[in-house]
Amino acid sequence: MTRPITRSPLRRLAAGLMISAAVMSAGLTAANAETIRWARVGDALTLDPHSANEGPTSTLLHHIYETLVRRDLDGSLKPRLATEWFIHPDDPTVWVFKLREGVKFHDGSDFTAEDVVASVTRVTAETSDFKGLHTAVAGAEAVDDYTVHIKMSGPSPLYVQNLTNFFIVDKGWVEANGVELPQDFKAGEEKYTVRNTNGTGPYVLESRDPEVRTVLTTNPDHWDEAPQVTEIIYTPIKEAATRVAALLSGEVDFVQDVPVQDIERLSNTPGVAVTAGAENRTIFFAYDVTSDSLISLPGDNPFKKPEVREAMALALDRDAIRQVVMRGQSVPGGQNVPPFVNGHDEALDAYTAPDYDKAMELMTAAGYPDGFAIDMHCPNDRYINDEAICQAYVGMLGRIGIKANLVSQSRTIHFPAIQNRQVDFYLLGWGVPTFDSQYVFDFLVHSPEEGRGGWNGSRYNNAEVDAMIKSLATETDLVKRDATIAEIWKTIQEDRVFLMVHNQLLAYAAKDNINVAVHPENQPSMTDVTFK
Amino acid sequence: MLAYILRRIVQSVLVMLVVALVSFSLFRFVGDPVATMMGQEASQADREALRDRLGLNEPVIVQFGSYIARASTGDFGISYRLQQPVMELILSRLPATLELALVSGLLAFTLGVGFGVYTALNRKGWLSGTIMTVSLIGVSLPTFLIGVLLIWVFAVELQWLPSFGRGDTVDIGPWRTGFLTESGRASIVLPAITLGLYQMTLIMRLVRAEMLEVLRSDYIKFARARGLSDRAVYFGHALKNTLVPVITITGLQLGSIIAFAIITETVFQWPGVGALFINSVQFVDIPVMAAYLMLIALIFVVINLIVDLLYYVVDPRLRVDRAAARH
Repeated sequence: MTRPITRSPLRRLAAGLMISAAVMSAGLTAANAETIRWARVGDALTLDPHSANEGPTSTLLHHIYETLVRRDLDGSLKPRLATEWFIHPDDPTVWVFKLREGVKFHDGSDFTAEDVVASVTRVTAETSDFKGLHTAVAGAEAVDDYTVHIKMSGPSPLYVQNLTNFFIVDKGWVEANGVELPQDFKAGEEKYTVRNTNGTGPYVLESRDPEVRTVLTTNPDHWDEAPQVTEIIYTPIKEAATRVAALLSGEVDFVQDVPVQDIERLSNTPGVAVTAGAENRTIFFAYDVTSDSLISLPGDNPFKKPEVREAMALALDRDAIRQVVMRGQSVPGGQNVPPFVNGHDEALDAYTAPDYDKAMELMTAAGYPDGFAIDMHCPNDRYINDEAICQAYVGMLGRIGIKANLVSQSRTIHFPAIQNRQVDFYLLGWGVPTFDSQYVFDFLVHSPEEGRGGWNGSRYNNAEVDAMIKSLATETDLVKRDATIAEIWKTIQEDRVFLMVHNQLLAYAAKDNINVAVHPENQPSMTDVTFK
Repeated sequence: MLAYILRRIVQSVLVMLVVALVSFSLFRFVGDPVATMMGQEASQADREALRDRLGLNEPVIVQFGSYIARASTGDFGISYRLQQPVMELILSRLPATLELALVSGLLAFTLGVGFGVYTALNRKGWLSGTIMTVSLIGVSLPTFLIGVLLIWVFAVELQWLPSFGRGDTVDIGPWRTGFLTESGRASIVLPAITLGLYQMTLIMRLVRAEMLEVLRSDYIKFARARGLSDRAVYFGHALKNTLVPVITITGLQLGSIIAFAIITETVFQWPGVGALFINSVQFVDIPVMAAYLMLIALIFVVINLIVDLLYYVVDPRLRVDRAAARH
């Protein structure tokens, strides 16, 4: 990476200013085959494994801590600390986990069933940010050193799908440091676990300077095959231009969160390789389909009319958005669930080309020959080109007489507004960490009711669908369950509860001697990285 | 003098309180911290419970009161985002910002005064013309663009300097410095130029204008008539009198350098308080935002105080006036 020293006057000037060529070569040398310098937009928020359910935090923690099961690149579950898992043959409400033997925590203590029990206690605590994924848990019990029973409040056939970010802590270690529970802000004190770690993972924390640099080195006692990457230097770089520049100048080896407008240029840069893949996240519009009066259109609700919803779908030119706004980096579709999630249906995901004439006819039939005016709410700092997608759709709606007034705001204002039902037409993105449609139904489709329907800003309310959704949670016959899922999808697609735009694509950029695959949950693991 | 300083300190505390109150009220419009703190599957009840734990359900005035009470003891709470004590976070980030501000301030002052004097004394020279033109570009380009351009030229194309970060650092007690390592010194060059460019232009133009003004005044003519050398006239008489407004501006600008290092720090991923603030805004990390604004207010207040005191040193007439007023 060091360039030959040329004798140009400018070069000498620079050397005279401050930096000798020797320093620069030391600072900018290429990675040897063992260290990977990894940059992405944000840092992990904390090292506590149960206090922030947030993508970058979990991604970093997966290198230090381990889960019972892990999500493979194709979305399937693979053993990790658990070697086997099944529903207890005599009791459908008990999940049995057989644990891996001979695993040690970084401090040398043995991994046993008691550690899993302590971790269950910790992750279901009031201050845990992951407790939503464990609401069905009634308790955990260590049957012997390497068998754990997790008792559920009812049959929960898919509970194991919720465990891909459930990190296991050492019982003795959390007790010794008084961190049996995740951090409570009211207590006003910092928890030991925010900066200190003791996992079973393939890497050990070497040093951490939040938002500056985190260094991990391989755990020599790890149970699995030794990874090719022996040292990870993780540096968040917030600014997209700087992140890309750091890769081009050779200061980092691997960059996540590559801006879509840079993908093509990076692909054409010698020495840099870009890998793209589907992300587990769909982007769609939702509108209030049941209220009689809209917030921005008092006394009327055009969205209640099926013709209007169909016209809006006919006005949405997904291919244009893909080409112009997303620069080809998206997968347009009609069903708002990603392809690898259980319940995805090719037929429902198909979409038609826009037809503005037919849309106008439908608008006239619905009683809106002159259209109507409405507010469209959009986040501007959450999804890839979110605001630009909304702007494009505003123009398309204009062609069928719908005058959408774009209200573009930060996610910190946009999301509470959806949850508090203060908006009635908005853009939202949704990932499905459980890889099962029930997750979408529970949060977006079911009418609001203890824990369900929190994000149902469509105000969709269908008792039959609600009953079917509820039945999914406890249905242990998976064939029957899939049939119900298909039926629910059919109904809500016919009712046009959502207006799907596309699935997001993820792009990773790295030096071309590094092989790193795109993970559907954007959680790349350095243990999978190989060097050419 | 002592009474004067005491009065200024009382004023400063009042200013700080107002800043705290205004920022605290403003934060209500930034958004809901709970939205970014909890995952998408959190239920409404969970969110309410967290709001309760954070004390966000109390009336703003109660939140403000307890905040001031705790802040006066040096406790600024826990960052919602990084889950660490705010005071510690800010103190650990402050050296980076202060070092950056210092280097870019020095750069701006020395080059600004130098170029200013030069262009005033050689109004017709081609070099003056070039300096003036370049300085115009310096003020008209946004900081963000200057930073990205510098990164592109010096980090990506030429690969002379690092594109981001602070390089290796050395801890001296609580102070973490980048001055003692080669990579630390290399890392500060581009951000310091980016941050100092605007101030440099400002100082340069100010010095030039003042200098031209002073050179036309009578006492310079008298000084020349007394047969003093050019050197004594320019630097002994003219420059000294030019510097009064320049010191005022530079002092105030040093405050804005620290306060507005935000963009530069973001572009260069410089681990200072500015970058901390921007990240906190996006996460609605109220304790960090409030503490940061208080800190910036404090810096401005202190700098104003120092500037006032410096007047005494540079301009003897102020001392005379003050002394005369007392009798």
